[in-house]
Amino acid sequence: METGKSETQKIIARNFSFSYGSQPALKGITLHVRTNEIFTVIGPSRSGKTTFLRCLNRMNDAIANTSKSGELLLDGRSIFDKDVDVAELRRRLGMVFAVPVALPKSIYNNLALGPRMRGILGKKRLDEIVERSLKAAYLWEEVKDRLHTSARNLSGGQQQRLCLARAMALEPEVLLLDEPCSGLDPVSTRKIEEALLELKSRYTIILVTNITAQAARVGDRTAFFLMGELIECGATETIFTNPSNERTADYLTGKFG
Amino acid sequence: MSLTKDRLVSPVLLAIACFSIAALFVIGLFIFVEGVPIMMKVGVWKFIGSTDWSPLEGKFGILAMIAGSVCVAAGTLVVAVPFGVGCAIYLSEFASKRTVTIVKPAIELLFAIPSVVYGFVGVLFIVPFVREHLGGAGHGFCILTASFVLGIRVLPVIVGISVDALQAVPKVYRDGSLALGATKWQTTTMVTLKAARSGILAGVILGMANVIGETMAVIMVIGNAVVMPNSPLDSVRTLTSNIALEMGYAEGDHRQALFATGVVLFIITMILNTLTRYVTRSRVGKRK
Amino acid sequence: MRRLNPKKAELIAKGVLLLFAGTAVVALVAIVGYVVVNGIGVINLEFLFGRPRSMGREGGILPFIVSSIYLTAISLLVSIPLGLGSAIYLTEYTTEGWATKAIRFGVDCLAGVPSIVLGLFGFMFFVKLLNFGWSILSGSLTVSLMILPFIIRSSEEAIRAVPQSYREVAFATGGTKWQSVTRVVLPCALPGIMTGIVLAIGKCVGETASVIFTAGTSLRIPGSIFDSGRTLAIHFYLLVRETGASDMAYGSAATLLISILIVNFFAYWLMRRFIARVS
Repeated sequence: METGKSETQKIIARNFSFSYGSQPALKGITLHVRTNEIFTVIGPSRSGKTTFLRCLNRMNDAIANTSKSGELLLDGRSIFDKDVDVAELRRRLGMVFAVPVALPKSIYNNLALGPRMRGILGKKRLDEIVERSLKAAYLWEEVKDRLHTSARNLSGGQQQRLCLARAMALEPEVLLLDEPCSGLDPVSTRKIEEALLELKSRYTIILVTNITAQAARVGDRTAFFLMGELIECGATETIFTNPSNERTADYLTGKFG
Repeated sequence: MSLTKDRLVSPVLLAIACFSIAALFVIGLFIFVEGVPIMMKVGVWKFIGSTDWSPLEGKFGILAMIAGSVCVAAGTLVVAVPFGVGCAIYLSEFASKRTVTIVKPAIELLFAIPSVVYGFVGVLFIVPFVREHLGGAGHGFCILTASFVLGIRVLPVIVGISVDALQAVPKVYRDGSLALGATKWQTTTMVTLKAARSGILAGVILGMANVIGETMAVIMVIGNAVVMPNSPLDSVRTLTSNIALEMGYAEGDHRQALFATGVVLFIITMILNTLTRYVTRSRVGKRK
Repeated sequence: MRRLNPKKAELIAKGVLLLFAGTAVVALVAIVGYVVVNGIGVINLEFLFGRPRSMGREGGILPFIVSSIYLTAISLLVSIPLGLGSAIYLTEYTTEGWATKAIRFGVDCLAGVPSIVLGLFGFMFFVKLLNFGWSILSGSLTVSLMILPFIIRSSEEAIRAVPQSYREVAFATGGTKWQSVTRVVLPCALPGIMTGIVLAIGKCVGETASVIFTAGTSLRIPGSIFDSGRTLAIHFYLLVRETGASDMAYGSAATLLISILIVNFFAYWLMRRFIARVS
């Protein structure tokens, strides 16, 4: 698609296709995501954006009757290799869902869930992880005095930042965010976007969003998905000001959506 | 390490889950092994068809008991079905949310009361009432009394399942009828009830299975005479009370005959339970 | 029949239905009220903690309370792991197919076996064949068969009520299937599962037909699970048969009912906590 300096390509998709039963959801996706960038994926509903994300951390494994072809590589290795530990893969790719899912536990235990499952049990270590993750999600100041109260008492925006912190608790390399700001007020949205801009220096971030303006605000590079196909992919500025494909232009100007 | 642990879990849990079927099989096996020989010895038709139950003379005919169980079930049906379905309709279609939070737990609590207490209260109140006001050969210890007592005992089963069946009827059915100008009651009888028919039937069958299996409450109020019933005011003996009364001192053939009674009970309840499943399966769009 | 004005018909119908529902509530209050009112006078510390005299016609009911507690505890000890394990398997580890249908059929049929038939089986199998004799052990193993289907069903419902999104969080955070069950699903479903267990306690306490030929009728406090012991429900039944509506009978019945009521209210409270958690 575009040539560039040979930065490290964190994630590569080569002609990747995926179907639910006989319904194709992704058709021949080829793209790459560079290390330490915010890669935004835009497109109308049912374009396969979420499916793509869920394939990256193999969350779709749990669904019966699916088929796939092509390659998905993380650091040059296929994620579907036989000796890949799926649990480990999911620790390397932290995911945040569209609807904030705060488990009915305390804030502390929500965050400690991942590390505990991995075998980290020492209290001191867990305290560190909790604090670090909450600070990275810009939530520490607001909750540091009530870590052991229920996470369900937080507001929607706070819960979503909690989910972000939870995704970061295991120090992943990549953050997969599926429309994380849907249903949030503009203030909360801004807080999350600011957090992401801060975080990209440490993580590679793939952000699926229905709000094209959000892609314009935070994305370094943007991909436009339509009906399971990758229409166009490149530097955000280029896509927004001078898209090479007519359909991209139509979507961005609101001719359909 | 966590992967291998995970791989172990599934087969272990499967084994645990199969325990129920295994237990059922073993139970059936034992009951049959103990009971069938005597049925063969006496003759299956003689066993089921004769009313002569005289263990001391080696005569084992359980027809009177079968009749007793059937009559009690029928009597309870008459009491509990209108009562139960009525309560269910009320709870599902007409009651306010507040009323439901009081009435529904109350009905469920009726099932939690031990059957011995039901028998006790039955003996204290219903038996004398029947005796004084209706007379009869049983002096109050009769089918009618048992039907009343069991009717209340089994009410929660019928109400519970019927309410579920009624709730499962899609709202659009009711809305459609109401939009045509029907009253709520008309909607209920002509639309909702019809749609929930098979679910309610399943509840009734299950309730009857409960009645046939009921022992303690029945024993205390039914008189336990081994006779073919002529009227609801007669004392009878049911299959369950037969076992419970005589098991304490039965030996040899007598004991085997009681097991054989158990076989008949087992088969009857198996049939009723399968019938329940069959009835709910033929419903289109099952909930779960 | 059509002559009746539909609005009038509805009014009559509503009245009748209200009468039905009211009768049910009244029946409950009457039964419970009568027993408790007549029996509560008998209940005092001496009654609850004393030993029975003259074959149980006087004195206290301590041995029977102890036997009931023993029996209930062991039944739960056996049926909770089996029941919970089955429920977890049916909900988390398999998809609906012929295997699960067969298992569910087995569970439903087991639930349908009359308690007296289970008592017969318990007698043949535990008392005679395995030579446990008339004992708490025989009784509780039989009762555990009785409550197992119930625990399976209520646990299954509780586990199914846990939103799928919670499980997804567990997986996305790198958990294995078993970890998602133990660290997310079960803790969330716990109050619902507990409700089922608490209600099962109520059933154990009131159970008579399956206990009478398996646990025996001894008047002594059972020293071990191999000893025979008379549960409170059995004692009540025998009292009524022998002494009719005596004070002791009322007292025992009242104790039975009050404990069951407490257990059921506790279950309701748990259920409300559970509903708050998963919504």
